[in-house]
Amino acid sequence: MTSTPGQRPPARNEVPLRRVVSESGIEIKPVYTAEDVAASGGSDASRPGEAPFTRGIHPLMYRHRPWTMRQYTGFANAADTNERFKYLIANGQTGLNVAFDLATQCGYDSDAPEAVGEVGRVGMAVDTLRDFEIAFDGIDLDAITVSLTINGAAAILIAMYLAMAEKRGYDLARLRGTAQNDILKEFIGRGTWVFPVDPSVKLVADTIEYCAKAAPKYSPVSVCGYHIRESGATPAEEMGYAFAIAKAYTDAALARGLDIDEFAGRLSFNFNIFGNLFEQVAKFRAGRRRWAKIVLEEYGAKRPESGWMRMIAGGGGFGLTIEQPENNIMRGAYYALIAALGGAQTMALCCYDEAYTIPTPKAQRVSLRTMQLLIEEMGLADTVDPLGGSYYIETLTNQLEEKIVEAMRWVDANGGIVKAVSEGVIQAKVSQYAYERQKALESGALRKVGVNCYVETEEEKPQVELHPYDEMGALAQIEGLRKVRSARSNDAVARALAALRADAQAGRNVMPALMEAVNAYATVGEMTGALVDVYGRFQEPTRLWRMVA
Amino acid sequence: MSGRRIKVLLAKPGLDGHDVGAKVVVQALMEAGFDVVYTGLRQTPDAIAAAAAAESADVIGLSILSGAHLPLCRRVRDLLQERGLYDKLWIVGGNIPEQDRMVLRQLGYRGVFPTGSRTDEIVSFIRENVK
Repeated sequence: MTSTPGQRPPARNEVPLRRVVSESGIEIKPVYTAEDVAASGGSDASRPGEAPFTRGIHPLMYRHRPWTMRQYTGFANAADTNERFKYLIANGQTGLNVAFDLATQCGYDSDAPEAVGEVGRVGMAVDTLRDFEIAFDGIDLDAITVSLTINGAAAILIAMYLAMAEKRGYDLARLRGTAQNDILKEFIGRGTWVFPVDPSVKLVADTIEYCAKAAPKYSPVSVCGYHIRESGATPAEEMGYAFAIAKAYTDAALARGLDIDEFAGRLSFNFNIFGNLFEQVAKFRAGRRRWAKIVLEEYGAKRPESGWMRMIAGGGGFGLTIEQPENNIMRGAYYALIAALGGAQTMALCCYDEAYTIPTPKAQRVSLRTMQLLIEEMGLADTVDPLGGSYYIETLTNQLEEKIVEAMRWVDANGGIVKAVSEGVIQAKVSQYAYERQKALESGALRKVGVNCYVETEEEKPQVELHPYDEMGALAQIEGLRKVRSARSNDAVARALAALRADAQAGRNVMPALMEAVNAYATVGEMTGALVDVYGRFQEPTRLWRMVA
Repeated sequence: MSGRRIKVLLAKPGLDGHDVGAKVVVQALMEAGFDVVYTGLRQTPDAIAAAAAAESADVIGLSILSGAHLPLCRRVRDLLQERGLYDKLWIVGGNIPEQDRMVLRQLGYRGVFPTGSRTDEIVSFIRENVK
């Protein structure tokens, strides 16, 4: 370690200190004092619930209302998923977070050739409104809010959700719920894009505009730093890139003539949580402050709520390991602790078996109990921002905010997020970081318990329980789809699809036409197809990956 | 194998969007001195077999994390065989449970690299097995 001027030299018998640098590139000191806080910009005097919301978006936070517990769930078909939803609700879960299979996510019907082997595998299969009617049957959509983890096909599935709720008699003006609907991050990581970048952003703006008018309590977008971090970004970059994306959607919505205060309060975020506990907590505090400044100062929003960085946290796939999977229970507990200390509105805690399978009911229950015991036994819901005022946390919060701004500047220097994504520049940067991270894991420079230290011998390897995939389930789903196709009015579907194509062609908001098509029981594949006719399909820029000899 | 660099085609078949691992492997293979072509996401088995032939790849690598590795690997195997590419080295990586690894080897995928494999293992496997 190189000694910093002003620091006292190590005393006799003292081991020389190892240098600690956080993932975001901040040098971590062994001791922090009031001087560090002052030197990094001081701690802001705002109270929780006061802009810029460093300490939390609500004055009383969890004392007023604990975080929503919303485990990511969905597999096979609507009926099986409905059963698991009810199991989780019976166990005290307070929100739903729906996983869809890849065919649905990519806009294919269950009987499309592209869907072979994928129907109902990583989530629930959805072809028509009928599937949503079954999936949410018997669930009170006022009592429990539903989050749809859908992106490429988000406009279609949001329409489906709204249509289902309307059919069941809910008033859309009061209906709450969330869709992930963050397509820009799909191009960077996760990969369930359908249309090219520009029309994809246009569709996000359509959903924001439509919901602002028709379903103003519905949150149409949850911007995800999460997957960017998984794909290869530091905590500060994760947040900086997410804000760049959120600004792109904001700009697109403003271009429709919406007022910032009409929609900004309904934007939310999804962040990752693995890594150093203190850096994560500081990241959330810094992010809240930065996002409030962006919305309230840069965009000039008038309503303080417009500047709220509402977030879901608790997932951290990269942090979990297949090796010694029981350790993931401990990791999950710390993730929940971080999310609570960081002021998350919602937690979707990753399960201990998630690194190798769709979580079993037991694993889901352990995650749920982890969050419940933080509230019931550990006092995490009693006091707002308990780490606020700590010299270390306040200093790190200031330093993280600077790093977040730095990451946003990098995006700007590369022509903005839409250009950086279209050209694959950001994908290349993120992948390069992932490679560095992998090399550090392999060399042992990045320590991972059970992976490159404290490893177990072959004989001790635990038996793991895998979620079974039922090939017959796909056939049943296809059979159900055929029944819907033969029972509906195909003329009405054809008319609705023609109207959808015409609206897309004319550059109009496609949501009203999608509502029409969904209500006529048009399939996900048919509606996607109509939009592909106009927009085309995305071609991934892989030229950066071609080795030139 | 002399005079020419080993050429690897790395492909993502099906709808799976998990490409962190594939891109990490691409970089590791490039750094090891191989000539690497990465297809990007969402490739059909037909497109992969066609690319393998067009690129004259010595190694055809598939990366699948959705769990659909068995049906996809079967389909790609059939198409590679149709094109007479059975003498090439086929490898597969991803979220592959223990019980499926032998099945994949029997299908002709001589290297099976489950999540958590080291990149240097993949590099040396290719060096040792490309004819």
